[in-house]
Amino acid sequence: MTAPVIEMQGITKTFPGVRALSEVSFDVRPGEVQALVGENGAGKSTLIKILSGVYHADAGEVRMGGEPVHFAHPVESLRAGIAVIYQEFSLLPERSVAQNLFLGREPRGRFGLIDERRMHDETRKVLDLFATGGRIDPGRAVGTLDVATQQMVEIAKAVSHDARVIVMDEPTAALNDAECEELFTTVDRLRERGVAIIYITHRMREIARLADRVTVLKDGEVAARFDAVPEPGEIVHAMVGRDIADFYAPPATEAEIGDPVLTVTGGGNAHLHGIDMSVRAGEIVGLAGIQGAGRVALAMALFGQEPFETGEVTLAGERVSFRTPREAIEAGIGLLPGDRKSEGLVLMQSVRDNGMLTPRAFAPLWSSHKRTAQADLARIDELLDRMEIRAASYDQDIRALSGGNQQKAIVARWLSMRPKLLIFIEPTRGIDVNAKAGIYHLMRDLARGGAGILMISSDLPEVIGAADRILVMQEGRIAAEFPHGPTERDIMHAATGETEVAA
Amino acid sequence: MTDQSAAPDRKRRRLPQINPVWVLLAVLIAGIVYMNPGFAEPTGYMNFLKRAAPLAILAAGQVYVITSGGFDLSVGSLITLVVVGASMLTNNDPSATYWVIPLMLAMGLGVGAVNGAIVCFLRVPSLIATLGTMITLNGLAFLWSGGAPRGYLPDTFRFFGRELIRDVPLVRFIPVSVIVLIVVVGLFAWLMHRTNLGRMVHAIGDNPVAARLAGVPVNRVRISAFMLSGLSGAIAGILLGGFAGVSTDVGAGYELEAITAAVLGGAQLLGGRGSVPAALGGALALTAIFTLLNFLGLPQPVRQVVQGLILIAAVALAMHRRKRTGT
Repeated sequence: MTAPVIEMQGITKTFPGVRALSEVSFDVRPGEVQALVGENGAGKSTLIKILSGVYHADAGEVRMGGEPVHFAHPVESLRAGIAVIYQEFSLLPERSVAQNLFLGREPRGRFGLIDERRMHDETRKVLDLFATGGRIDPGRAVGTLDVATQQMVEIAKAVSHDARVIVMDEPTAALNDAECEELFTTVDRLRERGVAIIYITHRMREIARLADRVTVLKDGEVAARFDAVPEPGEIVHAMVGRDIADFYAPPATEAEIGDPVLTVTGGGNAHLHGIDMSVRAGEIVGLAGIQGAGRVALAMALFGQEPFETGEVTLAGERVSFRTPREAIEAGIGLLPGDRKSEGLVLMQSVRDNGMLTPRAFAPLWSSHKRTAQADLARIDELLDRMEIRAASYDQDIRALSGGNQQKAIVARWLSMRPKLLIFIEPTRGIDVNAKAGIYHLMRDLARGGAGILMISSDLPEVIGAADRILVMQEGRIAAEFPHGPTERDIMHAATGETEVAA
Repeated sequence: MTDQSAAPDRKRRRLPQINPVWVLLAVLIAGIVYMNPGFAEPTGYMNFLKRAAPLAILAAGQVYVITSGGFDLSVGSLITLVVVGASMLTNNDPSATYWVIPLMLAMGLGVGAVNGAIVCFLRVPSLIATLGTMITLNGLAFLWSGGAPRGYLPDTFRFFGRELIRDVPLVRFIPVSVIVLIVVVGLFAWLMHRTNLGRMVHAIGDNPVAARLAGVPVNRVRISAFMLSGLSGAIAGILLGGFAGVSTDVGAGYELEAITAAVLGGAQLLGGRGSVPAALGGALALTAIFTLLNFLGLPQPVRQVVQGLILIAAVALAMHRRKRTGT
């Protein structure tokens, strides 16, 4: 057995109010894929940030090739051969692929000028290592490439730095199935070249496909270590500390579904055409479709952010038309945005302030911030408790919380408003398995309480598992409708328009 | 399960974290008292507070705009306009004060509303919008006075800036301006830290997109913040008219001092965080620094150099602290 290239021993790290890691040991060998799994907030990112020199461990040791190392800055770890590929890429969109690869270490030619040709050729050589790298033009601006290709450039950059260890943080989060396959091939090639890969993921399928060994973190400690990939159930069990028997809540029965909460007839604007749809009380409607099919545009039209210009909308039987989100909220609609950080949270404010945001927005400006018509502080605390939010204190800034906990705080905000229709956009993006199950059951509880739920998701198994009825959008129209339980194939056909040809 | 483990943390976090501005203020006061023991007497510190009052009130208003994610550069010119306008309108008639003062306060609110409307509806960044109103108001003050303001305000008007209330136990006397300071800062602090308005101001400065999607009436809140800043400018103008007299540069430079004071109190430039009491601390500290420089016999330009350096240092320190506390 080869010696580990990286060994981390007894790593402990504490942040104000939170012990992020305690006595974590972890190693990775050349030519293997070590999967690092755990819920959000389990400490994966912190561990990686310690490895790459972003944070410094309070206790413990990092060894590289047997020698203790101390990285004061990510640049030092990169020089030592550790490259981290985060979900947000570190590429300059206006620069070419080659310029990005050689940023800060451009090959020099005569008179100290940059040797464009050599840079181009070297880039070509690196890209050729990848299955589909040959398609990428080294001279093209990175910003014009799609996400999957940008990711490949990011990996190529790591390779060109002669990285011996490459860390990939949920690399498939933004990729479709075909792109995932390409990525897996790339990972296989890197493994053959003897690169050690630390692969962070939630997805069991990827672990089964790629991993040689698996380390599971839970609450800042190593919950389990597997020298071979076990059954998914075992990993999930180690991650959440219990079995997940009922991941999705059972679908609504006929009796639970009531009258339409929302109807749209002939709704249209710049992005949407001829939208006819309804959501009934007690029902979860899933909205599927590919990127840009108009799902988010539909949500924003219903919510008054980018209103319909034609057509009719009724809410609880009354004709409505909203020009702002505020009007929509007042009438009884709630919306959980798809991008928590940029659209959902006020990050510098406390967990409690984030929960109280909407109730306060509808209270008189000069009245006490402790009590509003919809909720007082005790009520918000109760809702936050019910969401099982993991925070040192509800007075803590929300930015320190994990994605799942942040999402729950936004849910608590809407619960206090008792909306008639609640729109969830990508409700479980970037949150862990346990919290996902929590969100599904919560949606079901809200539906049972008489609300209509519209769920937009790019995660097909989620749409199929959680929704009572599924609408599939394509190019700004609703292309198909399925009752509970279609296959992924059915939906993909409808989303890409192939059924129309077949029919 | 989370609650039990979190309980001790919850207590620990509640331990008061002292805002550095209070430490700075204490050091400066100690320095002043060391150089001039008379400062510890009521005459000394009451006069200090009286001099600091206009700036402290301005800073309390400015902190609303800064926390909401903007700047208000127009308050200095607004002060000038209030002083010049009041001298023109009262026209040496002591009884005119009773309608001129409410009118001036309304003008302050009005200027704030205009600033807010320009930012909200014309989408002009606040730095530029209020730079525009700053120049405009200065011009108006000149036009109104014909370039040569009459040097008088009736004593009834100057009462707020100049008079003292005597025979007060413990401190012997209290300037009226200090009472105005306490009332105004108290009111602004209550609005900022105990009402929905304050929370909404924080929210729109932190993330206007999220605030809008959560139903916050963003424009209404932003305009309110500018109106409070305008109101603070009008009040500061009334006080300054009382003890500085009438001129067309009476308010010059106050807008930048107010921003410096707010930032010294830890207000987050570009929004999301700000405190009225800390802005008061910032204004007192800035006044104390100027007092010290005066004692040291340093000329006026040094004051500007110091103020500039303080502004940079305060923001740099805030950035450093933010980085250290994570994210």
